Amino acid sequence: MSSDTQTESVSTLHSQPRLLDALTVGIWRENPTFRLLIGMCPPLAVTTAVKPALTMGLSVIFVLVCSNLVTSLMRNLLKPHLRIMMFTLNIATFVTICDLYLRAFVPDMSKVLGAYVPLIVVNCIIIFRAEACASKCGPLVSVLDAIGTGTGFTIALCILGSIREILATGKWFGLQVMPQGFVHWLSMQMPVGAFITLGLLLGLASVMTTKRKVA
Amino acid sequence: MEKFYLVLTGFMSMVLINNFVFTKFLGTCPYLGVSGRIDTAFGMGMAVTFVTALSGTLTWLVDFYILQRVSGLEITRYICYILIIAGAVQLVEMYVRKFFPSLYETFGIFLPLISTNCVILGICLFINIWGVDNLLEAVVLSAGAGAGFALAICIMAGIREDLALADVPHAFDGAPITLITAGILTLAFMGFAGMVK
Repeated sequence: MSSDTQTESVSTLHSQPRLLDALTVGIWRENPTFRLLIGMCPPLAVTTAVKPALTMGLSVIFVLVCSNLVTSLMRNLLKPHLRIMMFTLNIATFVTICDLYLRAFVPDMSKVLGAYVPLIVVNCIIIFRAEACASKCGPLVSVLDAIGTGTGFTIALCILGSIREILATGKWFGLQVMPQGFVHWLSMQMPVGAFITLGLLLGLASVMTTKRKVA
Repeated sequence: MEKFYLVLTGFMSMVLINNFVFTKFLGTCPYLGVSGRIDTAFGMGMAVTFVTALSGTLTWLVDFYILQRVSGLEITRYICYILIIAGAVQLVEMYVRKFFPSLYETFGIFLPLISTNCVILGICLFINIWGVDNLLEAVVLSAGAGAGFALAICIMAGIREDLALADVPHAFDGAPITLITAGILTLAFMGFAGMVK
């Protein structure tokens, strides 16, 4: 499987922990959405506007940092066959905390995001980081790695959310940005808009990487 | 007769109108990753349908008879769900390996993977959000969600087998063109909207 090679490259990277690398690798070189294509549900589902996209991104950063920290602290106690189970239980705990927090302090966003907050439990990004990084490295590297990957994910969500919100309503964070008389692209708010925007962005990302290799 | 209509409309609604892949974007990862060939896609679809039906029913039972009856336990809902799903997957894997070795060969590799498939946790959560209050409805909805996923992934695999021969621009090769195809496919499925509430 293709993810195996990714895992190897990450583990060789972290065998000599370079802290800055751990922080930056997730933002572009191994951006979960644009380069690794993991955890694809939220980028499609919650990006009808920027605000829910940003909320989702921040929730994922919180869960990722906490779960990576705890996984890294208990990495010597893990039994191979119960590993994934321990990861998911650990993640589910932090997702519950996050969900209750959102429900109490930003109830309107919690309503918009609905079932997608609890669905962070099965988001591949978090299990992948726990498996590839946190179960092998110390707490500091794991936390930096989590912040980097989470930021990369949040940036991707915000780009998608911005494009879809501006084209669908002419607004950005609720502020009018398009001139009067702009025809709203209603399809951008529907599932069609999500799939096609993400497809075009992935194409753009692949154009950018191939050019970089030639130069 | 009323029950029969309930089963029929519930099932159709989950497969065609509220298809999890096309309207709720759940299970997009395997949808993009495993849909290269029709036979693997079918194996994956069947495995997911089975586990979804089983865990959707089990989580409904636990939720309705335990978590909602005892105050204070609702907070552990996600942890319980994830434990039940992981247990169901493990059970199915052991059963299939013991009694259907040939079937295990075909979709054995997918079984451990699907415990983290969003469709399964998704249906458990949506059954809870919709406030389903009888067992029949829970069974029908969860079986329908799995069948909808199987349908989506098989259609996609069929398209991708032809897409492999098409002349796609180099930058769009692989995932980008698959996503755009999926977008067009959702347009087709939007035609079913409004058929059943």
